[in-house]
Amino acid sequence: MKPKVAFFDFTGCEGCQLNKLNFENELLDLLAHVDLVEFREAMDETSDEYDITFVEGSISSPSCVERIHDIRRRSKILVALGACAVNGGINAMKNIQPIEQVRETVYGQDKYRFATLPAMPISAIVAVDYEVRGCPMSQPDFLQLFKALVMGKTPPTYNYAVCVECKLEENECLLTKGQICLGPVTRAGCQAICPGVGQACIGCRGFVEGMNREAMVEILTEKGLSVDEAVKRLQLFNAYEVAV
Amino acid sequence: MKKNLDINVHHITRVEGHGNIVVNMRDGVLEKAHLNIVEPPRFFEAMLKGRSFTEAAIITSRICGICSLGHQITSLKTTEAALGLEVSEQTVLLRKLLVNGATIQSNILHAYFLAVPDFLDAPSVFPLIATHKDVVLRALRMKRLANDIGDIVSGRAVHPITPVPGGFTRIPTRDELLLLKDKLLNEGLPDCAATVETMKALAGAIPQFERETEYISLTHPEEYALYGGAACSSDGGTFPVEDYLSVTNEFVVAHSTSKHARHKREAYMVGALARWNNNYKHLNESALAGAETLGLKPKCYNPYMNTVAQVVEVVHCMEDSVRIIDELLGCGLKAEKPNQTPTRYGRGIGSTEVPRGILFHDYTYDNHGRIVAANCVIPTGQNLANVDADMQKLVPEIVDKTKPEITQHLEMLVRAYDPCISCSVHILDVDFKDA
Repeated sequence: MKPKVAFFDFTGCEGCQLNKLNFENELLDLLAHVDLVEFREAMDETSDEYDITFVEGSISSPSCVERIHDIRRRSKILVALGACAVNGGINAMKNIQPIEQVRETVYGQDKYRFATLPAMPISAIVAVDYEVRGCPMSQPDFLQLFKALVMGKTPPTYNYAVCVECKLEENECLLTKGQICLGPVTRAGCQAICPGVGQACIGCRGFVEGMNREAMVEILTEKGLSVDEAVKRLQLFNAYEVAV
Repeated sequence: MKKNLDINVHHITRVEGHGNIVVNMRDGVLEKAHLNIVEPPRFFEAMLKGRSFTEAAIITSRICGICSLGHQITSLKTTEAALGLEVSEQTVLLRKLLVNGATIQSNILHAYFLAVPDFLDAPSVFPLIATHKDVVLRALRMKRLANDIGDIVSGRAVHPITPVPGGFTRIPTRDELLLLKDKLLNEGLPDCAATVETMKALAGAIPQFERETEYISLTHPEEYALYGGAACSSDGGTFPVEDYLSVTNEFVVAHSTSKHARHKREAYMVGALARWNNNYKHLNESALAGAETLGLKPKCYNPYMNTVAQVVEVVHCMEDSVRIIDELLGCGLKAEKPNQTPTRYGRGIGSTEVPRGILFHDYTYDNHGRIVAANCVIPTGQNLANVDADMQKLVPEIVDKTKPEITQHLEMLVRAYDPCISCSVHILDVDFKDA
């Protein structure tokens, strides 16, 4: 029997879901191997149980917490898709400002009227079996994981830096050219797509385990940033992980 | 008959983001007809505070995956206005090509994948793979081509990489552009013609409903305004985009985590239909011919026709992209470095027509090039008051239909606006209980 597959979204831009619809060449082949039972952005139907569930976006409100518990209970395998779901992504930047200040910036005098939670990755609330990193999630990475799961295999994981892939791609090093690049501490799996087109790595895939934060900050200060600016750059997609 | 009616569509499907439709009628009197926006808060303006001018577009492109290019381009124009960064003619042409690509991609996604299932009474595009495979394949091919524009010119179609303040980190090669032009001519344009025929065959399923409203869009004396221009209203008057606050007048309502907007009336409409009504004269001939085939006439007051206007724009953008590539190649591509040397610091305002309508960004920078204040006014937010006003006129007109039929009409109405709810709630959160 084909596995029942579902997609859900929490707080985020839905760009990762869009990236799936962007598999124009592979989409029909992919769909032939699964039974797509729930995908609100594209279809009306719903289901009660899922073999493989893909979740996009961060947890950022009390109703999100309730919903993700419910989805987890009904899912055999749960995959976090994209930076917001895997490590809080860009949403977590609001966490590093005092919540009082964030509310005031947005609501002015109505600041006490609204409930909010710090932005969290899915794994902060429920168990996550696999993840596809990146903002947006990288398509080759997703395809590889999807194929592995459909075949009952364990998908690959990456715990080495973007610099490794960047060297393999034979790109010119942007750090040596003076750019503020987070390649040395960011997890690979993207084929160094940004440095490949002249843009420095912004850390959207999260950091390698045991990253040397002090050394990275030192490199960035050598490129002209203050320590505060260097930490802020590291926090761009990783504010949940990198405390001030 | 004095009718009682309660409709509650929880998390309407086939739209971007989370919204509910709520309608209550008691003894034939309409008490409530709203699109409730229940998307959690985003807080982008707060996130931007203290960020460098090189980071602003990286952050704001993440407001929305579907409109990432539109947010990015608007953000770059805003930063450039605030810091006095001049960009080259080549940069402007490449950006216009990107805006065309994003318009094709988003309009095709909406027309074929989100709206067409309604016209064929299907719950999604997926069953149509079996029944209308050639149409689905064509839709995928057109989306792929639009994404090719994004991939080639900006490094990646979703959350583009190479557009930065002052220019691009990489310029596409002549060969890449020639290949793209070849695809546009041999694949894109024939697919556009076929799309117009498909839409013509389905147009009978578009509900007949009219509500005249105010239409607001950019306008430009020489071109169909997408990349830039002045703001204009169908009720008369053009405004420099710097005066956007006097146009948008955002206000908070209890049933929506996104602010509403009004200008001269209770509500106004932005998006493809507003652009059509205000600027149809600047469309190229193929697009105007497509409009005629599809029965889209100037000053159209049927919001369901927004989807048709989107298809007409696809025809325009496809052909216009060929023209832009010719112009770029005619000038000779130059390897330019982005101009990132500020000549001033202060406030800048930028505006672009993104697929769902007119978008404004507004940043103020300190003397170190860091953002001290930011505001983004999103098309879907501007349309929400108009959606509610449409519903309030529509429900009494169709009240004799069955509840499922009324519900379907309302869902189709919301979808016709192609709302982008993640965008619209970039800042506000009302403590709203899910119905």
